[in-house]
Amino acid sequence: MNIIEKILSRASGKESVYPGEIIEANIDCAMVNEITGHLTIKYFHEIGAKEVWNKDKIVMVLDHTIPAGSVEAAELHKIMREFAREQEIKAFYDVGRGGISHQVMVEKAHVKPGDVVVGADSHTCTYGAIGAFSTGIGSTDMTAVFTTGRLWFKVPKMIKVMVNGNFRKFVSPKDLFLKIAKILGVSGANYKGLEFKGSTISEMSVDGRMTICNMVIEVGGKVGIVEPDKKSLTYVKSRTSDQFSIIKSDPDAEYERTLEITVNNLRPLVSCPNAVDNVKPVSEMEGIELDQVFIGSCTNGRLEDLRIVAEILKGNTVSNNTRLIIIPASQEIYLNALLEGLIETFLLAGATVANPTCGACYGGHIGMLASGEVCLSTTNRNFIGRMGSLKSKVYLASPATAAVSAITGRITDPTSYKSG
Amino acid sequence: MGKAIKYGDDVNTDVIIPSRYLVLTDPNELAKHAMEGVDPSFIKKSKDAIVVAGSNFGCGSSREQAPISLKYSGIGCVIAKSFARIFYRNAINIGLPVLECENLSNLVQDGDRLSLDLKSGKIKNLSRNISAQAQPLPDFILELIEMDGLLNKLKKAIV
Repeated sequence: MNIIEKILSRASGKESVYPGEIIEANIDCAMVNEITGHLTIKYFHEIGAKEVWNKDKIVMVLDHTIPAGSVEAAELHKIMREFAREQEIKAFYDVGRGGISHQVMVEKAHVKPGDVVVGADSHTCTYGAIGAFSTGIGSTDMTAVFTTGRLWFKVPKMIKVMVNGNFRKFVSPKDLFLKIAKILGVSGANYKGLEFKGSTISEMSVDGRMTICNMVIEVGGKVGIVEPDKKSLTYVKSRTSDQFSIIKSDPDAEYERTLEITVNNLRPLVSCPNAVDNVKPVSEMEGIELDQVFIGSCTNGRLEDLRIVAEILKGNTVSNNTRLIIIPASQEIYLNALLEGLIETFLLAGATVANPTCGACYGGHIGMLASGEVCLSTTNRNFIGRMGSLKSKVYLASPATAAVSAITGRITDPTSYKSG
Repeated sequence: MGKAIKYGDDVNTDVIIPSRYLVLTDPNELAKHAMEGVDPSFIKKSKDAIVVAGSNFGCGSSREQAPISLKYSGIGCVIAKSFARIFYRNAINIGLPVLECENLSNLVQDGDRLSLDLKSGKIKNLSRNISAQAQPLPDFILELIEMDGLLNKLKKAIV
């Protein structure tokens, strides 16, 4: 069996499961944010439920609109705060406490290898980076989880993604995923899962693995996963003393298909408007003028990303024709970036650094785009109107491409850029 | 029975209900902005209409506000070549019928009158006198739709 079949077998109390089988699984952890969570709470009360199934297995994070940018957002925060208090949910991350949910879930060890985790946000697939089955669900499904601790799943067919070779300087996991998006297309993994394997993945940091698992939903995937290894286990053990089991795929595990990718010659890529699979080499799109560059989000707002950005920005300034917004993915990352001097570098270069929030990525309340404006972003979606006006355009790229492009004010290939 | 409103492939949740409206809590208010990202005139023609779309309908976010805004806009059903996974589950869970039909998109023009039998999945294009067959819904999904969603089932389980 592959890792996903093994995790779902354990969670459903079965010896084995097969792709396509409908199973009911026990949930190890459930996460809601204020945008989807307020509906879950409303439904919870509507059906007459009194107590959540397990107050220690629910995580509530305010992240989409923090601090509240409108009275409406403040009302949603209030609903969340009151519910957490009433149900005695300790893992409630208010403004200034946690940051973007997907970063917080892994960073604060709410997810462990082998767990089954659901989140009322599509990018919940991020936690596959540490070997968990994690997937996004809606608010009503979450009400079922809040009341029963169980949910039905169809066991997904799995695609094995074998990645080998070493990245060139300033080519990163984000470029790798954009390559995968180009191969599979935006619905190429619908109802399926991706298991990432190979030497590139073994060498890749947990930060990088979170980036590629995060974007699995952009090809329709239900889960992305990297089986636990020394790197991820060291990461998890440094953050929790809780016990967990190490689940891996059998050597003869079955997959629907295998993709083989070598990254030695991979060049920086950019996803052009308005579809994530509209992927071109950055070198072919060079020169497109940018009104805004955004670096952050649950895809690329991690410390590793911010370090690359600081390396590039050091001693340079953001072009007069553009504006650069940088948002660390969590309070912890923000603090570490501050202690390492990265934030100072950003400010000296002329960037705006905002508190952790999803606001900019999903067009909620920070860095919204006006009509006709063009943004290069390290986020995961470039749908029409994603970051503001329906007449704005979003290109997606890596932190290195974004940082270099902020300096030039135009889309620029970081591998051929010469500073000064 | 209803008039078809036709869209293409990969209609995503951001265009079904743009992010800036997600702070709204009244489903009728959400409905006023349904499909705003692709078709600002949608709400004027949505009552009793049937949305016909291409593949991967509802890709993107887990926001249940997407199927909620469609349901409260008054449409009877979404028939697409295929659906994105989270949207499909969400729609069923809130009692919005969704059917997969491989070739309907080719047999229907915007504004055609369609009739639909949810149980059998039989679709008739009355304007052109053509029939199509959608994949019939499994019993447990039909049951959820007949109960107008998962909440009513949960309510029963709790009492």
